[in-house]
Amino acid sequence: MSGVRVLVGTRKGAFVLTSDGKRDRWGVEGPLFAGWEIYHLKGSPADPNRLYASQSSGWFGQLIQRSNNGGETWAPVGNQFVYDGVPGTHQWYDGTPHPWEFKRVWHLEPSLTDPETVYAGVEDAAMFRSTDGGLTWGELSGLRGHGSGPHWQPGAGGMCLHTIILDPSNPERIFIAISAAGAFRTDDGGVTWRPINQGLRSPHIPDPTAEVGHCVHHIAMHHSRPGVLFMQKHWDVMRSDNAGDSWHEVSGNLPTDFGFTIDVHAHEPETIYVVPIKSDGEHFPLDGQLRVYRSRTGGNEWEPLTKGLPQSDCYVNVLRDAMAVDSLDSCGIYFGTTGGQVYGSADAGDSWAPIVRDLPAVLSVEVQTLP
Amino acid sequence: MTSVVKIRVVLPAHLRTLAGISPQASDEVELDVEGQATQRSVLDALEARYPMLRGTLRDHVTRERRPFIRFFACEQDLSHESPDAALPHAVANGAEPFLIVGAIAGG
Repeated sequence: MSGVRVLVGTRKGAFVLTSDGKRDRWGVEGPLFAGWEIYHLKGSPADPNRLYASQSSGWFGQLIQRSNNGGETWAPVGNQFVYDGVPGTHQWYDGTPHPWEFKRVWHLEPSLTDPETVYAGVEDAAMFRSTDGGLTWGELSGLRGHGSGPHWQPGAGGMCLHTIILDPSNPERIFIAISAAGAFRTDDGGVTWRPINQGLRSPHIPDPTAEVGHCVHHIAMHHSRPGVLFMQKHWDVMRSDNAGDSWHEVSGNLPTDFGFTIDVHAHEPETIYVVPIKSDGEHFPLDGQLRVYRSRTGGNEWEPLTKGLPQSDCYVNVLRDAMAVDSLDSCGIYFGTTGGQVYGSADAGDSWAPIVRDLPAVLSVEVQTLP
Repeated sequence: MTSVVKIRVVLPAHLRTLAGISPQASDEVELDVEGQATQRSVLDALEARYPMLRGTLRDHVTRERRPFIRFFACEQDLSHESPDAALPHAVANGAEPFLIVGAIAGG
């Protein structure tokens, strides 16, 4: 019988949640790498036994862990992330130049076809790639070297490259997003990049429609329609139908269009999910009610999903990489909170139940659908 | 012929785990250090024994101590000494350990 493996990164370690295809009884393993921040862990689509994890600490820096057996055992691989050439400067919070300094890996994106190839999005924002299973890393410096680099600035969480999307129809095309520079795309395998932020409007920057400077929180794509992208910006939920060349707002009837995470149903490319958060100053749900909103129309028309979720006194946040879907026939959806809950739905969001309630603050959630 | 000295080193708990040192093992690791015992020669020997610690104590490229790492020995803070300065005699002759400490900070 098929099953799922949910990979949870938290402030104090990683946890692996497993279930069969019914998804009503769960095993919980962890904490792995106890006491360390696990910003992200993800499995290879080409080999589900190959997992990568980003392990970091303010004391001891960055490590990358790799498993070749589905998480039974792990071993550290390469942790040397060195920017190409003279790193240069980006903008600091006050607008002054600030040197590029490596801090941590926010996101690991394994290749769709090769378990040995994996991409890393890092803070201060840059893209790295390993083609030897994480042993060595090289920067795709055309991104940071884009002429707009000196104008990029950090968001509240740092200047991080947090989203990497590989186009399943075109191995040369990759989408990434940086807080707070915006979205970028390469069409030549990472050699050259260009901003794809036309249509975004951010009133908190001097030129609200500037080419760069937008605080993009997350982007999602359905594998069957790689030209259609959905974005949760700082404020505004956005959609592009031309691979990011232009965007239009689809916030519609959401009660607030601030938020961090966004994802797409595994089988319905026009069904998308967000978790509205009250505001940039109050990072918790409106009215203490934790509600996932679902649109079956690719945006604009949204319905609240509340069954099984706390509808009073709930003041957690759901971070940008903390939602994922499985690809079983009845699509499962999972998200983690800063309060340490991981909620799951086995019916596309109609009803929810906590898988675990008391983990450390959840930073990321990924799902593997196992044969 | 280069002399070899035995240096006792105490690691933070997280790095003992990372290095795969058994919780039942001694609180100290003993390293063979060639030549003069300095911060650099001790850390070089430590990283040679436990390659997974590379980058966790000092920067890969600049070799500078990470900001939240401190080095103590013989009731002295050696964190700001030159990495090539001789360690205290009591460390070099094995009477006292070289302490690698994570700063008390965070939650």
